[in-house]
Amino acid sequence: MKLMTCPLNGTRPISEFAYGGELRQEPAVTVSDQSWAEYLFYRNGAPGIKQEWWCHTPSNTWFIAERDTARDAVLRTFLFESEVQE
Amino acid sequence: MPLRLVKFALSPEHSEPPMFRPPDRLKSSYDAVIIGAGGHGLAAAYYLARDHGIRDVAVLERSYLGGGNTGRNTTIIRSNYLTPEGVKFYDESVRTWQDLSQDFDLNLFYANRGHFTLAHTDASVRTMRWRAEVNKHYGIDSELVSPDQVQQACPQLDLSCGGKAPIQAALYHAPGSIARHDAVAWGYGRGADQRGVEIHQQTEVTGITVKSGRVTAVQTTKGQIETPRVLCAVAGFTPRLLAMVGLRSPLVIHPLQAMVSEPMKPWLNPIVVSGSLHVYVSQTARGELVMGASLDPYELHSTRSTLEFVEGLAARMLELFPFLSQAKVVRQWGGMADMTPDFAPIMGKTPIQGFYLDAGWGTWGFKATPVCGKTMAYTVANDQNHKLITEFSLERFTNYALLGEKGAASVGH
Ligand SMILES: Cc1cc2nc3c(=O)[nH]c(=O)nc-3n(C[C@H](O)[C@H](O)[C@H](O)COP(=O)(O)OP(=O)(O)OC[C@H]3O[C@@H](n4cnc5c(N)ncnc54)[C@H](O)[C@@H]3O)c2cc1C
Repeated sequence: MKLMTCPLNGTRPISEFAYGGELRQEPAVTVSDQSWAEYLFYRNGAPGIKQEWWCHTPSNTWFIAERDTARDAVLRTFLFESEVQE
Repeated sequence: MPLRLVKFALSPEHSEPPMFRPPDRLKSSYDAVIIGAGGHGLAAAYYLARDHGIRDVAVLERSYLGGGNTGRNTTIIRSNYLTPEGVKFYDESVRTWQDLSQDFDLNLFYANRGHFTLAHTDASVRTMRWRAEVNKHYGIDSELVSPDQVQQACPQLDLSCGGKAPIQAALYHAPGSIARHDAVAWGYGRGADQRGVEIHQQTEVTGITVKSGRVTAVQTTKGQIETPRVLCAVAGFTPRLLAMVGLRSPLVIHPLQAMVSEPMKPWLNPIVVSGSLHVYVSQTARGELVMGASLDPYELHSTRSTLEFVEGLAARMLELFPFLSQAKVVRQWGGMADMTPDFAPIMGKTPIQGFYLDAGWGTWGFKATPVCGKTMAYTVANDQNHKLITEFSLERFTNYALLGEKGAASVGH
């Protein structure tokens, strides 16, 4: 993967981007310690198509990339605000 | 040994006896199955057979023996970690390394070189001092040294690092060593094979059967095997294997890359590590510089390597050693590091009866190969975690009992 498409700034070299980890749903603060630990530490580590946070660092634009973590191919990118289905 | 070598040189046929028996067909059941013929899996097989009398064991390898991270690592061996759990564990490993060549009757090229971790900032001087004190408390040879002492051991080093990041001090660890990685896998493999363990290469585990919370069988590309005990030692493949038994973990896979230079006359005796510059380097017995950096920045399940890596690492190498500007890089490669959030491994029993885990070794598990083999063999044989690994259990994450080894493990390997 050498290029990434920022939804606001277009296609740029990957060196302009920072990875922010998989998009995950934060549980309510009232959940058990066990569930909170799950959220804090446990990850979906197996390869597959994942939705991830990425940042275009020169413009500080955070957005979501859908990426195949086995092939390192980005399928699409979009702004969180615009279409993340909760 | 020399006589054997002379005979070998004079003989018209240059055949060495094969290291392992040719693989028979897989049997339909074994007392124990070990997934992964890397150093860790093979060491566990060796100690299971040698120390615990469990010999009806199959080691299953999807590719070739030692072809995973074991054969891709930069072979730094040291014990100057930060947490008491880590220091005790690695110290036991370093002691085992020292007579492993004898034990195997195989030259592992174990070379004790000394290990410098350079500190370029006040903050890292503070961490080095802390590490030195923890280390000394546990009887480990570790001390903070001045830039002059670094210069003496390594005259070619530019202490000012091109004026950008002058070296203020270093942590020196005299037992720091390197060894030949393939030979470690071969030595453990041959020793296990001689004691009756079967090593099946080109045999991938594709499924694991769990019935009422117990392991009963594994499915492979060469058929099904019944077994009550499975040790999973697959490094970068661990999340896939855990998915087969329905366990979750904190592991995330990131590539870790390395490269070597053309061979040159010996000039670099110690191992030199700079956390701030993301560089570590040693010179092998063959004269090549083996160089590595930090993890690739994002998750990826692939062993591809990149030009950015070589460019970046070469530039930082030149800040330390400007005279290398004409040296050529001849090979580069990548491995898949299984990373935990606290930079400590995940070892021992799991919520599934008979399913044992040796994982989370990320970028630093080669040095732990012998002690992992010993402690995992004990754990599998007795169905009880060895006392050196109780703090490394998978449950530590749900118990909020993380270990905090990051300061000592992140770049230093
Ligand atoms: C570039 C690099 C540099 C490193 N440098 C250092 C260092 O300087 N010092 C240090 O201490 N550590 C270092 N490490 C870390 C070290 O290499 C590893 O922690 C250690 O080698 C892990 O050994 P292992 O036997 O657990 O795994 P591996 O050697 O990776 O063996 C696992 C095996 O399991 C097999 N496998 C996977 N899935 C299946 C399946 N489904 N069925 C059958 N077989 C399967 C794989 O093919 C593989 O051969 C480095 C790692 C890398 C990548």
